[in-house]
Amino acid sequence: MTTATPRRRGLARFVPAVAAVLGLSLVLTACGGGDDEGGSGDGGGDLSVTFLPKNLGNPYFDASSTGGKAAVEEFGGTFKEVGPSESTPDSQVSYINTLTQQGVGAIAISANDPEAIGDALQEARDAGTKVVTFDSDTNPEYRDLFVSQADAQGIATKQVELIAKAIGDEGKIAILSASANATNQNEWIKLMEEDLAANHPNIELVETVYGDDDDQTSFDKTAALLQKHSDLKGIISPTTVGIAAAARYLSDSQYKGKVALTGLGTPDQMREYVKDGTVGSFALWSPEDLGYLTAFAAKALIDGDIKGDEGDTFEAGKLGEYTVGADNTVILGDPLEFNKDNIDDFNF
Amino acid sequence: MTSLIHPSDTSTQQRARTYRDHQRPLWQRVLFSRDVAVWAALVVVYLYASATVPFFDRPITITYLLLDVAPILLIALPMTLVIITGEIDLSVASTVALASVSFGVLYDKGAPIVLAAVAALLVGVVCGAFNGFLVTVVGLPSLAVTIGTLALYRGIAVGLLGTTAITDFPDGWTDWARGRIGESDIPSIMIPFAVLAIAFIILLHFTAFGRGVYAIGLSEGAARFSGIRVERTKLILFVLAGAVSALAGIYYTLRYGSARGDNANGMELQVIAAVLLGGVSIFGGRGALPGVIAGVLLIGAIGSALRLADQTADVINIVTGLLLVVSVVGSSVLGWISSKRRRRGAPEPQHDSTGSGTTGSGQTEPGNTLTDTDGPVGERERDDR
Repeated sequence: MTTATPRRRGLARFVPAVAAVLGLSLVLTACGGGDDEGGSGDGGGDLSVTFLPKNLGNPYFDASSTGGKAAVEEFGGTFKEVGPSESTPDSQVSYINTLTQQGVGAIAISANDPEAIGDALQEARDAGTKVVTFDSDTNPEYRDLFVSQADAQGIATKQVELIAKAIGDEGKIAILSASANATNQNEWIKLMEEDLAANHPNIELVETVYGDDDDQTSFDKTAALLQKHSDLKGIISPTTVGIAAAARYLSDSQYKGKVALTGLGTPDQMREYVKDGTVGSFALWSPEDLGYLTAFAAKALIDGDIKGDEGDTFEAGKLGEYTVGADNTVILGDPLEFNKDNIDDFNF
Repeated sequence: MTSLIHPSDTSTQQRARTYRDHQRPLWQRVLFSRDVAVWAALVVVYLYASATVPFFDRPITITYLLLDVAPILLIALPMTLVIITGEIDLSVASTVALASVSFGVLYDKGAPIVLAAVAALLVGVVCGAFNGFLVTVVGLPSLAVTIGTLALYRGIAVGLLGTTAITDFPDGWTDWARGRIGESDIPSIMIPFAVLAIAFIILLHFTAFGRGVYAIGLSEGAARFSGIRVERTKLILFVLAGAVSALAGIYYTLRYGSARGDNANGMELQVIAAVLLGGVSIFGGRGALPGVIAGVLLIGAIGSALRLADQTADVINIVTGLLLVVSVVGSSVLGWISSKRRRRGAPEPQHDSTGSGTTGSGQTEPGNTLTDTDGPVGERERDDR
């Protein structure tokens, strides 16, 4: 009775082998057609630009890739987007390696870690691929160019301008920030304080509180602010988590429409509060334009029009001409203002 | 499953005791093993991808592949032994992170890098020993214990460094971690891996300790009664898992030049998936290291091929997930079917000759039908795993 078993057990043991081959061949066949067209990337100078966001399935990066794709199609290159499912420090490395092997023209990457992906990017550049970082930079030695969403001064001035408009340029305001040691936010707050002192003498900044970029903490801090300062006229929240939590608190409270709120937010988060009148206007750079500019910067690098040095200039389609600034950085420009008139035009 | 060695199902008269598997000649046992199947799958996937995926056939693919899977390869070695005893260690990736952070913080505070590395290894040993203590001395299930320490070690790692990273490691060390052996395409990390792999293969497959590991997995009670020091064995294995995870953590830190609390997030599942794909039974008692090494490489090769074919991370996850499910479910379903057939066929020996006429040694022995009253039960249960 045991005679039949060796063969059957042999069969059972080969299940993984069969499964592996079948599964892989199915997937590869399914995508086979696309490969042949796309696999052109051996020589230098080809206009294939691959976007590698922090992670896929993130509306912000979906928007930047949309802009990048539009730009690449405009100048007749090949667009591709790849990326990890989680934004862990090392998760982009294997994708960078893959792109190095494929010899793409340029990688446009938003870095999950300024150092961890550096070595892989260096290898890509050694192989002739141009590297442009956008949104989130690596250490400068690992990339040719960084496309920054906005400069700190522009962001600070815009928010002060919006709150001044909302409260009639006088009264008490407060700031609801991210964490107490958040580099970006602290820089903006410092610039806003300077701007207020110099140009808006009737506005008094009474307190800065920190919601740690946590929804519930930000919500509670908003409540505490309003109880403590009964004559508060407005709140600036220069972080997307903070402004959404503050808007949620205000929209259900007696302060709705009485206390102004502005800051940096995304249209999808804020749409509801803009429409019900809790928030008049807020600001953010356009991730689509960021992707668009990044793609054109990549093209200029591939074509050899620029090297990424300070003072280089290049054309960026509908956005016009840009000049590379200090630290090989290109700045997108002033943030966009969103209000009830234009918010439905944006989807991120 | 209650015994590693079966009372004979062939012939008690002729041979007093025998492994059922040993009824077949050696070449068959080797050729039809799960290990060989996984290696075969690896070779087929590699050849197929080389033929169909652009750029896959370049030598650099192997370099990147080995660099990517190196930490998983390292941790899979002790993990195999842990799972063969019927336990599991989910805290390995968190140990990687804690060792990485300890290494980075100590170095940053001015300790010599060798001292920092040794301290990080000690941290791994302590992590493993703590797991082992809770499992063997306190007697808690390893699944619950290591889910707890998964969160605990990760929490300490993130707490120590917050969201900052330490990136300032000496170039000599990071270059080595990213480097290759001489002019070849094989990364340098494969040297320590090869040494460890040989050590673990000897430990598991050629020592009394290793036989004890299998015995514990098959039946802890029987192992205890036959004089195996179950608790000591398990404790040693958890400590080994912690130590090797810490080694992987140091390598990880140097390779990416970055010590962060969220390093190697989720790696425990990649390790366990590879170990199971390599033919180790999650119930313990079965599996071998060569198959596990092939399992790790197979998952890595599939990921690499799919990335080169411009598939997204989701597709890669789906394919490796399906592969794992199919291989685990498939082999137990086939095992179940064959045990059904065997049970049905048991009373009449001639029925079996229709299945496969030529193999096996004890084809028509009269002792067969006489002694198999308990034999098939043991067989069936072993197969069902």
